[in-house]
Amino acid sequence: MTDISNPKTPNPKMSARNVNVYYGEKQAIQNVSIDVDTDNVTAFIGPSGCGKSTFLRTLNRMNDTVASARVTGEITLDGEDIYSSGMDVVQLRARVGMVFQKPNPFPKSIYDNIAYGPRIHGLASSKADLDQIVESSLRRAGLWDEVKDRLKDSGTALSGGQQQRLCIGRAIAVEPEVILMDEPCSALDPIATAKIEELIHALRGRYAIVIVTHNMQQAARVSQRTAFFHLGTLVEYGVTSEIFTNPRELRTKDYITGRYG
Amino acid sequence: MVDQHTVKAFDEDINRLRGLIAEMGGRVETAIEEAMTALVQQDEKKAKAIVDNDGRIDALEAEVERLVVQIIALRAPLADDLREVIAALKIVGVVERIGDYAKNIAKRVPKIGDHRTIEPISLLPSMAQVASEMVGDALNAFAARDALLAEAVVQRDSVVDSFYNSIFRTLVTYMVENPKTITECAHLLFIAKNIERIGDHATNVAEMVYYAATGQYLPERDRTTIIES
Repeated sequence: MTDISNPKTPNPKMSARNVNVYYGEKQAIQNVSIDVDTDNVTAFIGPSGCGKSTFLRTLNRMNDTVASARVTGEITLDGEDIYSSGMDVVQLRARVGMVFQKPNPFPKSIYDNIAYGPRIHGLASSKADLDQIVESSLRRAGLWDEVKDRLKDSGTALSGGQQQRLCIGRAIAVEPEVILMDEPCSALDPIATAKIEELIHALRGRYAIVIVTHNMQQAARVSQRTAFFHLGTLVEYGVTSEIFTNPRELRTKDYITGRYG
Repeated sequence: MVDQHTVKAFDEDINRLRGLIAEMGGRVETAIEEAMTALVQQDEKKAKAIVDNDGRIDALEAEVERLVVQIIALRAPLADDLREVIAALKIVGVVERIGDYAKNIAKRVPKIGDHRTIEPISLLPSMAQVASEMVGDALNAFAARDALLAEAVVQRDSVVDSFYNSIFRTLVTYMVENPKTITECAHLLFIAKNIERIGDHATNVAEMVYYAATGQYLPERDRTTIIES
């Protein structure tokens, strides 16, 4: 039986404790404590404005780019406080990669989209090295067979689903430990969505994955653990199969069964 | 109302599902009661009507199955909705079976002939009444998502089992003393066994209802030992 007040997971990669996020005067996240497990896909669900995306962005300090945003509490990656003054944010965002709702490839070639990160992080010592990284990243992103003959074509010429897999490949290329996905399929058709879900399945275990989704069935399909957010609080966190068959909290039940508002 | 879904058509589907199961339950309860009346009054016409009406119960089962498949395909139910829809699918299979037991009892009515001299028969209607009420309450519990009522049904199964053991002993004794009544008594024994099975099936339904309502399984209960023939 999962205790909803227990944020802990068997093998945490990241741990958030008592996290609050403010946009100016407005508090967007209230006292959230949760672990992100190393070996599992974690889904964040909840109605619009519940804070799930805001909270996701605290995990790689993406909120730093919002001037009015202020974060309190503690978030650790492998036990190390990511908000400490010694933390290199660029390095952090390489370790905790992110994929956004709308595919956002650079207006460059497919090859350069993948190679960009490894170049700036100095991960390749030679052209052959870089070629190898590009190929393996595209393979892991499930895109290699579709683009191997046109690596010089622009990334923006790909279809929406391919662009999203390119963005996942780009995140993978810098060898992250955690991949955050913010509604990665909301702009995609069902086939492209299925490919991303299959990709998430294939990447599980190699990376800790956190996905924010509005699609309940998607959360049920891809994740092993699910967190339900509502009005800036974490209402319930547990094993996905439990959350979707037997949620403990009335608010969770009402949301996932479509009884809200 | 909190209990309503944002998509109203989903509520309509669920209500229709509950309506079909309520109708099925009502028909099965009636079949059990009428089977007892037919038996006691030796009313072969009534007995035949029960057999004929069983087709409607089978048809209701098929209708619920179609509706459940449709709801799963179109509405993708989750949590208590999912548990309810799955429970509905399992329950109608069991209720259909209960209807078959009532039908089987009715089929034996013409074979028993004049049995008014056989004393144990007076116990059967009381036993059947308990079993029939268990069926009714189990299905009421389903309609109301009432876990407590479901639990009470499960408790009552031991009453039916005790009836069965008592009737079994009485009938065996009776047969030993009056061997020429063995044919009738054998039929009565099967009828008692059918009612005992109805109680078991009502218990199964109640356990499914309990799970659908709470998400928890009822703990295993101590069972009255049944004398097996």
